[in-house]
Amino acid sequence: MVLPVIILLLAITAYPLVYNVWNAFHFDNLSYGGLPHKFVGWANFTAMFDSPVWVSALERTLVFTVVTIVFDMVVGMGLALMMHRQFRGRGFLRAAILVPWAMPTVVSAMLWKTMFDPSSGFVDYILGAFHPVWSSLAWVNANEWRAWAAVFIADSWKNIPFVAILLLAGLQVIPNDVYEAARMDGANWWQTFTRVTLPMLKPAISVALIFRTLQALLVFDVIYIMTGGGPGNSTETLSYLLYNTFIINTDFGLGGAMSIILVLLALAVSFVYVRAFRPNTA
Amino acid sequence: MTSAVADGGVPAAVAGSRVATWRPRRFSPRKVIGETLFYLAVVIVVLIALFPFFWILRTSLLSDQQIAQGVGGANGIIPSHLSGSAYKEVFTNSSFGFLDPLLNSLIVALATTVVTIIVASMAGYALARLHIRGAGAILAFILLAGFFPVLAMIGPLFLVLRYLGWLNSIWPLIIVYLVYTLPIATWLLKNFFEQIPSELEDAALVDGATRLQTLRKVVIPVAIPAVFTAAILSFILAWNDFAAPLAITTFGQSQYQTFYNLIDAAVVIISIPIALLVLFAQRRIVSGLTAGSFR
Repeated sequence: MVLPVIILLLAITAYPLVYNVWNAFHFDNLSYGGLPHKFVGWANFTAMFDSPVWVSALERTLVFTVVTIVFDMVVGMGLALMMHRQFRGRGFLRAAILVPWAMPTVVSAMLWKTMFDPSSGFVDYILGAFHPVWSSLAWVNANEWRAWAAVFIADSWKNIPFVAILLLAGLQVIPNDVYEAARMDGANWWQTFTRVTLPMLKPAISVALIFRTLQALLVFDVIYIMTGGGPGNSTETLSYLLYNTFIINTDFGLGGAMSIILVLLALAVSFVYVRAFRPNTA
Repeated sequence: MTSAVADGGVPAAVAGSRVATWRPRRFSPRKVIGETLFYLAVVIVVLIALFPFFWILRTSLLSDQQIAQGVGGANGIIPSHLSGSAYKEVFTNSSFGFLDPLLNSLIVALATTVVTIIVASMAGYALARLHIRGAGAILAFILLAGFFPVLAMIGPLFLVLRYLGWLNSIWPLIIVYLVYTLPIATWLLKNFFEQIPSELEDAALVDGATRLQTLRKVVIPVAIPAVFTAAILSFILAWNDFAAPLAITTFGQSQYQTFYNLIDAAVVIISIPIALLVLFAQRRIVSGLTAGSFR
């Protein structure tokens, strides 16, 4: 019963991986169609590590990932607790939170690009009420900080609901007896949360953490649409560079090398999480 | 974690724990303030989640002239004049090529979902219930595959599809999207199946239900929402990533001005079906997952 999954996943992941490894050690650039695909050793890797563009993209990606997951997990937990409570309008709250999550990233990115537009956007419209100069602030093409702020907000708006839903699903399978027992023992809200809820949420937290970290590490479409990597290179991430290398520059050798680093990074992160959240320690 | 598990008969009006239960409370100023703050937070969350959609709708109803002059949101929160010109243009101007990619992405997302659910339920159930040798390793592999950066395979994929002459076909995409959907669906379903039996099935058995009744009345009703959740998740993951909506990024741009009314009309058109799907699915998820199954 498990075989189909394994076969499918092997075909999708292992084959391109091997192909990438092969490419990474060869010269393979469609822009120079006539040149032979000759073996070049580590040349693609040294070119990558020597490139300041790639190194700063790596730094940016890592910083973005850490900031994003901390923020998303904290806010997502708050939303999950909010949705878990029984009150009038809970269904509406859930629907409202679910909708941004269901939007394709392309749509949410375009939506926030509109919101941050100096002439058509709401952000500057409302900021203008506080200070006239703020009524036409540029965001996505102004400077690194504002471009990242816009990207960060668009990304969080879309992805926090995902965290919240996973945590909510986790909250819902915690039996009520446990809470009653904690209450009988005289635990207050915070003690109940940290000693009962969090440990029992461990599986849900692990799933949310893993998926969010990887999504953040590979962040691409929101940046592609909102900033196009700019202004300058200031919002280029690893995935963005990879896309450029493959599709724009058609350099499959360098792209292969970048892919391998990205895969190794993803594997390393997931390995750490899988170790940390092994079922028998839960 | 506490060791003792209370078995019913707990006085209802014990204050303090609002984590999972809500009980009628006696009136007190502190609680009133707490409740007010809670509802205020709810309102803020709802506003943040939904207001951008209102803004998109508003912008999509502006005319090209209003967009051109609208510095600093000069058109106001509710513009004095609304026009459907952007929608007309999105649908009638064939150079946008908006509807075909939309239809294609729908087909691909649906097909991906069907394949995912069939394969992932089998795997999830097997991993949860049967004692498979090496289940841990299999699960680890499925998880790791889910972390595979899809962008990392566009290079090889491009070369392979070019070799096969399939660059313009939508079907290979289904296989690609399975790498997103299969791991998360398998993982969720496995977790879910795992969590069903010990508490629910035993409780039903203790209450005098037969095995078959337990399965029919407890496991299946509980599993349907989980499968449904996995299906929605798969659909949205596959739908999310289809590059075709990128088409909307190429139109509405002139050399000097971005016509957000056109872009946002497209965004509204894409958003409405998804929003409806979520509203519909939300009821199923909520009624399914919270129908007292775990209380």
